[in-house]
Amino acid sequence: MKLTKKQVEHIADLSRLATDEKEKARFANELSAILDYVSQLNQADTENIAATKVAGLINKTREDRVEKFGRENDLIAMAPEHQGGCVKTKAILE
Amino acid sequence: MREDKGDFGITFMDLNELTIREAHAKLQSGEIFATELTQACLRRIEKIEPKIKAFLRTRGPEAMAEAEKVDLKIRTGEKIGILEGIPMALKDNLCTAGIITSSASKMLENYLPPYDATVVAKLKKAGAVFLGKTNLDEFAMGSSTENSAFQATHNPWNLDCVPGGSSGGSAAAVAADGCLYALGSDTGGSIRQPASFCGVVGLKPTYGRVSRYGLHAMASSLDQIGPITKTVEDCALVLNAISGEDSRDATAEARTVPDYTEFLSKNLRDLKIGVPQEYFIDGMEPEVREAVEKAIARLKALGAKIVPVNLPYTKYALAIYYILQPAEVSANLARYDGIRYGYAASGAKNLRDHYAKTRGKGFGAEVRRRIMLGTYVLSAGYYDAYYKKAQRTRAFVIRDFEKAFQKVDLLVSPVSPTVAFKIGEKTEDPLTMYLSDIFTVPINIAGVPALSLPCGFANDLPVGLQIIGPWWGEEQILQAGYQYERAEEWYKIKCKI
Repeated sequence: MKLTKKQVEHIADLSRLATDEKEKARFANELSAILDYVSQLNQADTENIAATKVAGLINKTREDRVEKFGRENDLIAMAPEHQGGCVKTKAILE
Repeated sequence: MREDKGDFGITFMDLNELTIREAHAKLQSGEIFATELTQACLRRIEKIEPKIKAFLRTRGPEAMAEAEKVDLKIRTGEKIGILEGIPMALKDNLCTAGIITSSASKMLENYLPPYDATVVAKLKKAGAVFLGKTNLDEFAMGSSTENSAFQATHNPWNLDCVPGGSSGGSAAAVAADGCLYALGSDTGGSIRQPASFCGVVGLKPTYGRVSRYGLHAMASSLDQIGPITKTVEDCALVLNAISGEDSRDATAEARTVPDYTEFLSKNLRDLKIGVPQEYFIDGMEPEVREAVEKAIARLKALGAKIVPVNLPYTKYALAIYYILQPAEVSANLARYDGIRYGYAASGAKNLRDHYAKTRGKGFGAEVRRRIMLGTYVLSAGYYDAYYKKAQRTRAFVIRDFEKAFQKVDLLVSPVSPTVAFKIGEKTEDPLTMYLSDIFTVPINIAGVPALSLPCGFANDLPVGLQIIGPWWGEEQILQAGYQYERAEEWYKIKCKI
């Protein structure tokens, strides 16, 4: 199966990745080759098998308890743009 | 070890070539100081780095200060821990508080983590001397360390070749004696394949053995952190220090951590070792096959019973891996949005545009390829055909291993079908690059532990033997590895760089 340029544009958009024309063509080829390879799974008979569990691990939970972190300012300072203790983002609407 | 007899018959040696065990004995007895040992490593790094480019950043003065603290204890005759004063390196996807942790990505080029990864905190507590951060394929995605946004690392055995990946910097640094040990991470072979290509020891522990808190997440159902060392005994010593439960990683099991060195000296007479027939394929380099077959014969001579076994779903492992891993990558890397930390593109019109521009520029080609692939297999209309199908087939791969380990204690195979390949040889075709992990990905899919250790040479490049154990079977893997290593002593042959 060969991905079309339009499909690549759609996947790039879902992935939030800006992609130029040259790359769209390249990714269409490369992703198609990989998808062809992984499609061999269709030959595997997977009836009557439950979902996977790795290494027999069981989900662990802990009490939902509030802990004081105390270094909020350090975290906010890491943001590329911040102002008055808040992280700044671009507008959602133009 | 390289030993030169001086004029007065005194034996000199390069301290950086010592194993952890050897260095510890000399430190504790006061024969050497931690500062001398650290100095020897830093000098070695200075000499070899222009050629191999294993490190993204080093911290000489800080490492010397850490070593001085250990020297104080040695001077007063205080007992020191086994890893105390031992110089080591960390793969640059392990968070180090206040020290840039970039995952070899433009996205995190200047990222200063506000906290230490659990393994880093544990090694700090054990008194480790921390030399620096090693190169990797961007976000650990690759098999050659060529996908780093900053530099390609070269194999110390042949500078025209790759060191393997993604923990190529860690493996090259240990192989070239720039440090005594290093940590790497392994999602589909990223510790074992570079260890094999560089002629050192690397272990991917059981899924759940080591906390991943502070490891830049790649594919969370597959990722494990593990040691890269010069010998199997050193591997056991590092595993002792980094294993165990962690309230910050829900997958880190509460299971007791044994002393992994305890069983090393036990002989192999009670062990039954299986040889999976599916791991000896056409297209494997004949010299690799020969080296691995000789190693199996040696294990037999050491008393182990060798039997053929079958893991029929092996043929689907790589396909499963290249669905599940990108799917998890696409979810995990959604966090890099240019808002809270890391790289941010300028000039975006709105939020959506800001995301796309930041991620389009901040991620390299392989990372973007995998995010797109993962997004595709998880998208409406394709989820059942790809993701769900892969999850179901994964259960069969696990069943293969369960059945095999009812019959045998361990499995042995090659680590990779080839020795280290040339730099640039596989960068044009992603699928060819993926195939170099064909013997290592089934292990992550099943979550079992596996060791890579040197078993000879092909075309003057190291070959790696893979010893696979059942879930939580690290003790027997290390026992078999240690007995084999003691019989052959490949680790005593050093690269000439």
